[in-house]
Amino acid sequence: MSEIMPNRIPVLKTYKLYIGGKFERSESGRYIPYLDKSGHQVANICLASRKDFRNAVVAARNAFGGWSGKTAYNRSQILYRMAEMMEGRSAQFIEEMVLEGSGKKEATLQVQTAVDRLVYFAGWCDKYHQVFGGVNPVASAHFNFSVPEPIGVVAVLPAERQTLAGLITAIAPVIASGNTCVVLASQLAPLSSLTFTEIVATSDVPGGVVNVLTGTLEELLEQFSTHMDVNAIACHGTNPETIRTIQQNAALNVRRVKIYTDAAIADSKCENPYRITDFTEIKTTWHPVGD
Amino acid sequence: MPDFKTTVPIDKVGVEERVARLNTRSIKKESKLFAMRLAMRMIDLTTLEGMDTPGKVRQLCNKAMYPYQGTHNIPRVAAVCVYPPFVKIAKQALGNSGIHVASVATAFPSGHALRKDKVAEVRFCVENGSDEIDMVISRGEFLKGNYQFIFDEVAEIKEACGHAHLKVILETGELQTLENVRKASDIAMQAGADFIKTSTGKVSPAATQPVTLVMLEAIRDFYLQTGRKIGMKPAGGIKDTKTAIKYLVMVHETLGSDWLNPDLFRFGASSLANDLIMQIVKQETGVYQSGDYFSKD
Repeated sequence: MSEIMPNRIPVLKTYKLYIGGKFERSESGRYIPYLDKSGHQVANICLASRKDFRNAVVAARNAFGGWSGKTAYNRSQILYRMAEMMEGRSAQFIEEMVLEGSGKKEATLQVQTAVDRLVYFAGWCDKYHQVFGGVNPVASAHFNFSVPEPIGVVAVLPAERQTLAGLITAIAPVIASGNTCVVLASQLAPLSSLTFTEIVATSDVPGGVVNVLTGTLEELLEQFSTHMDVNAIACHGTNPETIRTIQQNAALNVRRVKIYTDAAIADSKCENPYRITDFTEIKTTWHPVGD
Repeated sequence: MPDFKTTVPIDKVGVEERVARLNTRSIKKESKLFAMRLAMRMIDLTTLEGMDTPGKVRQLCNKAMYPYQGTHNIPRVAAVCVYPPFVKIAKQALGNSGIHVASVATAFPSGHALRKDKVAEVRFCVENGSDEIDMVISRGEFLKGNYQFIFDEVAEIKEACGHAHLKVILETGELQTLENVRKASDIAMQAGADFIKTSTGKVSPAATQPVTLVMLEAIRDFYLQTGRKIGMKPAGGIKDTKTAIKYLVMVHETLGSDWLNPDLFRFGASSLANDLIMQIVKQETGVYQSGDYFSKD
């Protein structure tokens, strides 16, 4: 482009947090420079505070009723829409992941995995009930059936090194069943996660269903793992200290903890409907019937 | 007795600026905890719905007496506020807990009824044990300029109250201007109100900070002239701790610490109590709380 407008100054993007369907700066006003691997500053990243996390949980809680109340078919359509939007912007994602330090080939694989995985979980949205729910035989005059229901607000810590595919692997099964989530984006490579929020914002996903923060795990882990209004926590990582803190703090409200240690996100075991039921509760109903 | 035909001019922009300035005050740590416990003690826990039942009222009274079954020593609220038919039930439920029963009366919320019926309603509430009466003024007459009507109305109801405290609801959302708010406040105080109250909660906007500031200033001027301390009750729309603390800052800055007590300041609210309890527990445990662990009503 430089031949066309040789003196043009490029416009750099401001990467913001995504809370309750809005692109917001941190309430703390803090930010940190993000450097590429050669040490050049490519962007400023918001440094989220615990209040940003609290606001995100409030947004997620408020969005839960609407999102879980949509028909499963509609949620499926929306997840598929996200995949479509992502495919259309794959060039931008690849460019950002290269800035984040990936090779071009690796970045392309990441985007393709991410899109395919969204489609995979979009497909499961209105099907996992049939597989995991059902009619139970009982020895009385009752019609007895069980259905899986979303658990509520899920705090998500995606894999640090597998940014875009890792993010999708972490959140797609969570939101597929109707949960809402608060995500702490990868510290090493947050750009593609933040651009993903633009996909979320333009794919009919109601505000608050997916909330993405950038900041440091050291600062936010305490709140991520103690907030009483978080019903479950998904941790994709192997740091024993982090895992121990999460498990200890989960005792506060006996929230569900799921630790995933997939070596490679491209691993096919990430595409698995049990990932959906990791964040559902089984509800069983006894319905009296005549003889 | 002032001439109510003359108007005390109010600088609307000035009031809003003052409110905005006071809202920038940062209240932290011990002060915040103090403010939250104080706000809890100032609540008139309210249920004013057409679908209220004796059971709902008893439940509310229970909440007033035992706000939180934990170790955090949450103070009790000041009063429970109900419709007249439930006064007796609330009185029985609260027993000798020291929590007052407040009753709305005088054809709440519209105020459209005959004077004699309003007086009879107030007598009924007092006979049933109401400690406090929340009356509404006839906004239609006020807006017509019939100020004497309002004065007589408040004075007559005050007489019917006997020992019960009288709160006068101005329904500021219908009074159109801040000058009218000031005028209605002055009339109510001159006619014998013990408290002036912003709203019924049935009209939007309900309590706002500028309106409250104008009323607080009216109370201050009345105190400087007569030496009598009149109470203030913003009601409706104050749902969270943050907003409640902003109101307390206004009270302290306008009237001083004498008014930072439940005898002279109340919040008319229902959901505020839960948020205060949650925030107090948050301050003491350091952990953000969830509505799942607190009773809803």
